Amino acid sequence: MTTPAPASPLPRPDRVSSRSSRPPRAGLPARIRQAFFASRRDTVLTLALLALIATVAPGLLDWLVLDAVWGPQPVAACEAARGQGACWAVVWEKFRVMMFATYPFEEQWRPGLAIAVLIALPVLSAWPRMWNPALPGVWVIGSLLAFWLMGGGFGLAKVPASQWGGLPVTLMLTIYGIGLAFPLALLLALGRRSGLPVLRALSITWIEVVRGVPLITVLFMASVMFALFMPAGFTIDQLLRAQVAIIVFVAAYLAEVIRGGLQAVPKGQYEAARALGLPYWRMMGLVILPQALRVAIPPIVNSFIALFKDTSLVVVIAIFDFAYAVKKSVETDVVWKKYFLEALLFSMLVYWIGCYAMSRYSRWLEQRSAQVR
Amino acid sequence: MNLRSERVRGWIWQVALLAAVAGLLAWLVGNTLENLAARGIQVGFGFLDQEAGFAISQTPVPYAPGDSYARALVIGLANTLIVSAIGIVAATLLGVVVGVARLAGNRLLAGLATAYVEAVRNVPLLLQLFVWYGILTEWLPPVRQAISLGGVVVMSQRGLRFAWPQAHAGWAVAGIALLVAIVLAFAWRYRAERRRDATGSAPPVLPVIAALLVALPLAAWWLAGAPMAIEYPVLRGFDHRGGIAMSPEFAALAIGLSTYTAGFIAEVVRAGLLSVDRGQVDAAKALGLSPGQRLRLVVMPQALRVIVPPLTNQYLNLTKNSSLAVAIGYPDLVSVANTTMNQTGQAIEAMAIVMAVYLTISLAIAAAMNLFEARTRLVER
Repeated sequence: MTTPAPASPLPRPDRVSSRSSRPPRAGLPARIRQAFFASRRDTVLTLALLALIATVAPGLLDWLVLDAVWGPQPVAACEAARGQGACWAVVWEKFRVMMFATYPFEEQWRPGLAIAVLIALPVLSAWPRMWNPALPGVWVIGSLLAFWLMGGGFGLAKVPASQWGGLPVTLMLTIYGIGLAFPLALLLALGRRSGLPVLRALSITWIEVVRGVPLITVLFMASVMFALFMPAGFTIDQLLRAQVAIIVFVAAYLAEVIRGGLQAVPKGQYEAARALGLPYWRMMGLVILPQALRVAIPPIVNSFIALFKDTSLVVVIAIFDFAYAVKKSVETDVVWKKYFLEALLFSMLVYWIGCYAMSRYSRWLEQRSAQVR
Repeated sequence: MNLRSERVRGWIWQVALLAAVAGLLAWLVGNTLENLAARGIQVGFGFLDQEAGFAISQTPVPYAPGDSYARALVIGLANTLIVSAIGIVAATLLGVVVGVARLAGNRLLAGLATAYVEAVRNVPLLLQLFVWYGILTEWLPPVRQAISLGGVVVMSQRGLRFAWPQAHAGWAVAGIALLVAIVLAFAWRYRAERRRDATGSAPPVLPVIAALLVALPLAAWWLAGAPMAIEYPVLRGFDHRGGIAMSPEFAALAIGLSTYTAGFIAEVVRAGLLSVDRGQVDAAKALGLSPGQRLRLVVMPQALRVIVPPLTNQYLNLTKNSSLAVAIGYPDLVSVANTTMNQTGQAIEAMAIVMAVYLTISLAIAAAMNLFEARTRLVER
């Protein structure tokens, strides 16, 4: 998990002024010359890079697109194109396994719908117009719907969590990892900044110990040691244990993000709230947190991106998330095994789209808040 | 005692919290002891002296399956440190180049650098490791058809092998000379700074240091007999021998870690360079400083203050991410501890060792960084 840089709430005055003093736009030829051939060194560099691209790009394009095997084709078609073109047929062949892993085949429309719900929830919440008191209600309804679709009951056949897999699991681990870690992180951040020494020491211990060890060790602990910690005979599902481990882990990082936001709130705000006679929780809820969280939203989105990628580590405790489902789908099939690279590239594309979209969104939010000020 | 006083209420809360945490811990420990007793597992680190009985594929320190678990874990730690150190150096070099390239005036170069950063950062490291490992093991030819780059580098499914100087006392002597040169270089720089502070005119620093670092090891090497023999990898039996070997697991992990982290370091470097006010460069120009001097004396010292803290974070991330080794079978600390745990059932002790090691590394690096920050902090008026 990467640590987001501390938030800097204010736009830098020097860059704003230098932008406004930029000379008027030149014509296209002049702009091209400025961008690619500004000096003799630039010209040489541009030509060298173009030459490099010209040698690499055609072969890559052939392999990736032109000579590749597209669509639901038999493995023989891939054998014929081996070496010349990618075998995207493996994605068609293994699509259901990659997306839903071990979920019962006839019921796979359910995780399909769950994916739609689990994507719709964060996308809706990303829209500033949706930031109103009804949003938590939407989340509760959406989450209940997703869990009903996945788990069954009330008219649907029951599917135990041990059979869940693929993209819905990745989405759940990410969304509920951040969502449930958030209240915990808020308490940890406030605890770390509180004047109460015991509370502060406990918060610091949690935050620093968790941030000091790799996520894998926390997952191993959840997987191997959880059974030791609980009373004999008490078991919970592996997936739920991984989810708890992720929440414990993410809360520490998120706490530091929120602390960064708290630090960005000027001291005068605290003093003013105190002067009004607000008790601690009302001061926090009405004055400090609304300002702190606004600053913290872009780095929270960055935590979301980091977690979306990091959920793939549940591979090491053999949970069929999307990454593991993709890997296993080709690994366990002798016929298609050779085309592991194509399968991995496909899964990378899926992760990339999600992460890239979120990082653009985070940047858009930052610019938006800079303009509001 | 006034129950409405914030202080009193604060203490009541804290005592309650402490009691709750202590109660929870006691409950967990009680459960654990009961479970361990039921399974017949002895608590304690006694198992470390037992025979490990498993082989490790990469052993920087001599190790045989007959050795103890303690020794196996030390090998794992050494492997973690080796791959992290190599990864940190490679990621820094690549990251700085890409970060500077992103700010280049040449739009093509900047565009390529941006594409690299966006491609690498937005895909899980684990998948990147799988791809590198897959390419190194499945796409490279078998040993007999190994790709040889002039005999200097040999690549096959068995891993990579590099030509390497034959073992000779001269190399050790040169290595010691290099260490001495580094110490002398620091001493010289310290002296030069003292002189500058006292008199205002500084003796040359960079040329002297460069000369020291090159000349001293070279002279030592020459005096020790100037060993020239290079050992090339040769195919013998079922594998190549000679030179320095790199297992596919190690190569995949090192390449994956450094290319991934380089994407993040590039962003750190870029942000640092952007943070320096443009007026600073203009002022340095007005003072008549050359471009090299501007970068070295004005831009870099200011950029470094912004760069170093997040850079340290990236180094820590890389070290922690090296634990992904377990997924591709590189015997790092976590992987060895995992095997130990499975064989002995001493899950708690094994995990405690791993966590203690990572915490020590993290705290040590954090402490070193605080020292650096204290040294480079601006002295404000």
